[in-house]
Amino acid sequence: MDKRKVRQLVGAIAEAAGRVERVRLMEICGTHTVSLFRSGVKGMLPANVRLISGPGCPVCVTSSAYLDAARELAGRDNVTICTYGDMVRVPGRAGSLEHARGQGADVRVVYSARDAVGVAREQPERDVVFLAVGFETTTPATAAAVMEADRAGLTNFFVLPGHKLVLPAIEALLAAGEVPIDGFLCPGHVSVILGAAAYRPIAEARGKPCVVAGFEPVNMLEGLAALARQVAEGRSAVENVYGVAVTEEGNAVARRMIAEAFEPAAAVWRAMGTIPASGLELRGKYRRFDARQRFGVEFGEDYEPAGCLCGQVVQGKVAPAACPLFGKACTPLAPVGPCMVSSEGTCAAWYKYGRPAGSSSAGTNAEGRG
Amino acid sequence: MCLGVPGRILEIADDEGTAAVGPVAAVDFQGSRIEVSLAMTPEAAVGDWVLVHAGFAIARLDAEEARETWEYLDAADLGEMPAELRAGRGAGGADGEADGNLG
Amino acid sequence: MLEPEKQVLLAHGGGGELTRRLLAERVLPKLANELLDPLTDGAVLARPGGRICLTTDAFVVQPLEFPGGDIGRLAVCGTVNDLAVMGAAPKALSLALILEEGLAIATLERIVASIAATAAEAGVVVATGDTKVVERRGGDGMTITTAGIGELPDGLELGTGTIATGDAVLVTGAIAEHGLAVMSARKGLSFRTELRSDVAPLNGLVGAMLAAAAGVRFLRDPTRGGLAGVLADLAEQTRRNVEVEEDAVPLTPVARHTAELLGLDPLTVANEGKVVAVVAPGDAEKVLAACRAHPLGRAAAIIGRVGERSDWPLVELLTRAGGRRVVQRPYGEELPRIC
Repeated sequence: MDKRKVRQLVGAIAEAAGRVERVRLMEICGTHTVSLFRSGVKGMLPANVRLISGPGCPVCVTSSAYLDAARELAGRDNVTICTYGDMVRVPGRAGSLEHARGQGADVRVVYSARDAVGVAREQPERDVVFLAVGFETTTPATAAAVMEADRAGLTNFFVLPGHKLVLPAIEALLAAGEVPIDGFLCPGHVSVILGAAAYRPIAEARGKPCVVAGFEPVNMLEGLAALARQVAEGRSAVENVYGVAVTEEGNAVARRMIAEAFEPAAAVWRAMGTIPASGLELRGKYRRFDARQRFGVEFGEDYEPAGCLCGQVVQGKVAPAACPLFGKACTPLAPVGPCMVSSEGTCAAWYKYGRPAGSSSAGTNAEGRG
Repeated sequence: MCLGVPGRILEIADDEGTAAVGPVAAVDFQGSRIEVSLAMTPEAAVGDWVLVHAGFAIARLDAEEARETWEYLDAADLGEMPAELRAGRGAGGADGEADGNLG
Repeated sequence: MLEPEKQVLLAHGGGGELTRRLLAERVLPKLANELLDPLTDGAVLARPGGRICLTTDAFVVQPLEFPGGDIGRLAVCGTVNDLAVMGAAPKALSLALILEEGLAIATLERIVASIAATAAEAGVVVATGDTKVVERRGGDGMTITTAGIGELPDGLELGTGTIATGDAVLVTGAIAEHGLAVMSARKGLSFRTELRSDVAPLNGLVGAMLAAAAGVRFLRDPTRGGLAGVLADLAEQTRRNVEVEEDAVPLTPVARHTAELLGLDPLTVANEGKVVAVVAPGDAEKVLAACRAHPLGRAAAIIGRVGERSDWPLVELLTRAGGRRVVQRPYGEELPRIC
């Protein structure tokens, strides 16, 4: 790693941030939260640059009601649940999917949506339900899986739809105006699909600079430096420092796949309520793959476990350390809410990489700040 | 939102008669390989670098830019596909080979 | 339909003729040694010089055979290595096999052959054993429990008690290979890798390290929980901070790239052929040289140091980017991070 380049970029951020009182940037994406911590970059930033974690951890914004529906399905006879890793440990009213597995449910972690289709093929006597959560990076994968199941004539493959769209959530946050944000660090891989141009409405109509960055330390610093400069200079444009993977137009093939299998619909975001046109439902002939239809389950009312502030944390209203449960009743070993379970969850990242509240260095570095 | 890791396409399966959307490829990650769907990058060819997320190639990458961005990419792995890869070294090297450790 | 010549049956565990035959024809010939051959209820060992060190371990790895090794090799090495990091010279093991009905006898034979070869490689004997058969449990067919005995020379006291600020932290080679290799062999994680488990008996390497200098304070093998687990143990037990340089931790490009692909932190992945050592600063280079002179320690490196006492001892990683972050003990099974 070019440490000189790193220092140079940190210097550039400090120089720009030094021209204003403070710079408040939202990292929309959970992977940015984690990568900033893991690389040590977070701790190198000047004291007046505040990074606010946003609603970009798909597991964290999935409603409790969705979890409970998944848990219920896991308990049905002959049902195999296939899911990405983190969903397995989020606790719902009746426990997590991991608990369900301990009680005999068939819950399998898959790396790819296509693996779930594979399971359905291999086990025609069982019904396979894939938990379809994630933002635009992952949605086309579900679309491909559903289309493959359709072509193969499978009658035992289903998805529990939980995909969400990033831009409506950002608009909703800005419209609510509760968290002052000076600029957005935009998610690198969602942007591969959407294209950098997708953020123009936010930059132009809302006057907030948007910089698309990847997840390697130097690239994240380049993104933060570009943001700090824009904030210092009062500009609000879309910039893309992840040009190796992200173009202005994005991946049109992927977007066509999404449009073929899904249509926008209102969605419930954990503790944020319903945001119109922010989620996706299966459309047309692909409706038959909806697990809710097949199994007669509905999503109930959303709720938060008592004292859990995940909903506030994902909106950037509250820092993890300010949650009364953080590090006490809620730890990665005994999580209360999804922010602590998901490896992209803000609370998990703070807990794992930051310093304990009582330690002597807690007050003096970025990890400890609210 | 999630992990995207760069890899190089070793081979693309013949898609006769499969239900898969788009071609399916074997992608190498400096010695590990997984099956990756090219549904979102159907124009990708053998030897191309791609960004892989959850079993799908979501973008094609320029080899030199990839090396600059992901510092853990071994410099020796770029450019002309090494002869061992062409000869299928990546194909099943871990299975069933005589191995001193097994005695 | 189970075939008695090809698969293990419940009857094979009954203690009768089928048991006798299974052992006599398929198991014992490979393990033959003076201590085992009398087939008595217990093995009689010569009185050791020094003190007796005893360890026990259980092995449940799935699948049974993976790139670079198998459950048998793992069982012998795991036991030998636990003794070795105590400073004891491993001498003998007991071996209890629990076989699932339906296990292919050919698989059993391969694993027993591997146990025999690994025991010979480590210079230990399988002195006594037991075999049971249980009903099919949906596992892969076999679990192994061992106990191991070693000789601990008088006067050798390895442990965290003598660790001091300034001591060097060393690892004997590249990390994360075992865990990643085993993952590659599991169903449902459809990937293949040229990575092989590093499973190996470490008593020779440890012997060389202890002979090189008197200042080796502490040894541990970073199995479940990986290097992060051992570092966390160190910080906790010594009540001192531990500082590690990410750049100094040996990690091959393929292991690093594979861990990225699966969303795993290499520091938390299991190793079965590595040792973490804490060494007095004046002896660190000598111990390092002794490792590198040994075939199993060629990639050994000094990765950090033991820091000051603290009320909140932390393991701190000086990252590749030049920043810092805290390393914590992994919480449980690290699921491949995807989304």
